[in-house]
Amino acid sequence: MAGFSMRPCGDFRTTYRQDTRIFDTTVVRNAAILGIIAVALIPFVLDGYYVNLFIQISYFAIAALGLNILVGFTGQISLGHAAFFGFGAFASAWINNTTGIPVLLSIPLAGLMTAAVGLLFGLPAARIKGLYLAIATLAAQFILEDFFARANWFTGGSYGAAANPVNVFGYEIYDDFSFFYVCLFFLVVMYLLGTNLMRTRDGRAFVAVRDHYLSAEIMGINLTKYRLMSFAISSFYAGIGGAMYGHYLGFVSAEGFTILLSIQFLGMIIIGGLGSVKGTLMGTVFMVLLPEVMESGVSALSVFDWASSTDVTDGLAYIKEMAIGLAIILFLIFEPDGLAHRWQQIRAYWKLYPFSY
Amino acid sequence: MTSQGPILQISDVSLVFGGVRALSDVSFSVQPGELFSIIGPNGAGKTSMLNCVSGRYAPTTGSVSFNGQDVTGLKPNDRAELGIGRTFQNLALFGHMNVLDNIMVGRHHLLKNNFMNGPLYWLGGAQKEELEHRRFCEDVIDFLEISHIRKATAGTLSYGLRKRVELARAVALRPDLILLDEPMAGMNLEEKEDMARFIIDLNEEWGMTVVMIEHDMGVVMDISNRVMVLDFGRKIAEGEPDEVMANKHVKKAYLGEEDDDTDEDEQVA
Repeated sequence: MAGFSMRPCGDFRTTYRQDTRIFDTTVVRNAAILGIIAVALIPFVLDGYYVNLFIQISYFAIAALGLNILVGFTGQISLGHAAFFGFGAFASAWINNTTGIPVLLSIPLAGLMTAAVGLLFGLPAARIKGLYLAIATLAAQFILEDFFARANWFTGGSYGAAANPVNVFGYEIYDDFSFFYVCLFFLVVMYLLGTNLMRTRDGRAFVAVRDHYLSAEIMGINLTKYRLMSFAISSFYAGIGGAMYGHYLGFVSAEGFTILLSIQFLGMIIIGGLGSVKGTLMGTVFMVLLPEVMESGVSALSVFDWASSTDVTDGLAYIKEMAIGLAIILFLIFEPDGLAHRWQQIRAYWKLYPFSY
Repeated sequence: MTSQGPILQISDVSLVFGGVRALSDVSFSVQPGELFSIIGPNGAGKTSMLNCVSGRYAPTTGSVSFNGQDVTGLKPNDRAELGIGRTFQNLALFGHMNVLDNIMVGRHHLLKNNFMNGPLYWLGGAQKEELEHRRFCEDVIDFLEISHIRKATAGTLSYGLRKRVELARAVALRPDLILLDEPMAGMNLEEKEDMARFIIDLNEEWGMTVVMIEHDMGVVMDISNRVMVLDFGRKIAEGEPDEVMANKHVKKAYLGEEDDDTDEDEQVA
């Protein structure tokens, strides 16, 4: 019930329109807009390292939102998300290279192509659920990986494919500085679309299918249609994220889209919060920043003499990897509902301070 | 209502699970505007009967027709679109959604927006449509007196309220025929009185035909127009409450032997 206790005194809603807004209060909305403006200033204030981090966050966050729509909102499971991410990267490069369609258009087109592929691999979901579906999507992961390595006409095979830089009105974006804004644009647009989807008919249908599929069917929801649609939309997001990734690196190789990345996507949404749009973003930020924070922690230790011997630096590199695993385990134990839930609790705490409830 | 015929016509429906005959050649019909109750001992096949109507089970033999249309082969979601709503015996709410969204799901088949224009919200008319349907849902919320919990998560509510929300969700479908599976099970007297009032209002003011399974004989006898009794998957009686109550088979199967009653009376006296 945290939803309506968060409203300040005197903030009454007098129309249904007010009651269906994305943000609880105008303060929160303004804070979000200010936040986006602040992020937009990053390239001017911080150096290229942070710009690069943000770009990583944005394409992973878009793909992770897709996975959250599938896993968190619709209650399906996919172990093949990285393959769809990769398919988007190859598809956009292929569309751009073969037809000359500008990159800004080929990214959404790649999203649509990936959605079609996702629909195909989602077909088992019409029949099977849970662990069985997980294995079926695992098959998608391996089939697509194999496809990337063999389909020379599409992916360049083991050589990989070159992806052109984004071209806006004849101006080519080579550097991180400009690509940052392309990412910011896609990130904001995709998250707005995702949020809107979840507060309209089909978004509710997804959650209904997840929570109680038998009564969802009795309520007039076609289960097969919505399970497949969820796969398609999820893949659409993965395709867009992957296409951005491809055009950012300028080169797409088949090796980058393994099951490890699929598991990382799952980690992002579990840590962020299953079934939460903003949690997806939080989880992605967490997963992208965690290794960086660990890295800087390790390098901070190197000022000590004992830490500069090769044995210790090698060991610390492993500790970094293990710490990521540990962080995930700790999250699952202490905050199984994810960062989004923790954020809600922090807000409630400040709202009610100094009382506990 | 398009025709003057029965809104629901069940013809010789049998339902067999392996060696179990859940239903044997049950036939009955419900007239538009009726409040029809199905009673019977545990395991008599009442819920199976309802499942055949709502489409969760396909009858092994026999047919179900709704408003003169044969719906035997239709899937549950298609039947919802035709105008059959139902509630479940054990709660089947969408636990993580709030009450309002639960009820809005009931509008699913009436809403037009989809994954294409839904995400565009402000541009494709989705917002306008959502708000129009919200208005209807608020009417349902008012009617069932659950406005104080409309933003509460459905899974956190008490049993009685959850039952009421489930009824609200089925009403939001705006069905012609509403199937209620033990709407009063596990309720206290006050909640039962409320629920009985809601059901009567649904029937008389909202014009819905009601088919109800209920164990509380007082309620069934008070509010039903007609009653059907099932026992071991067979129909043993059908008619007005009074005549059904007077039926020998019914007394034997469901209310206990007549002799037993007299014995108990004598013991009390």
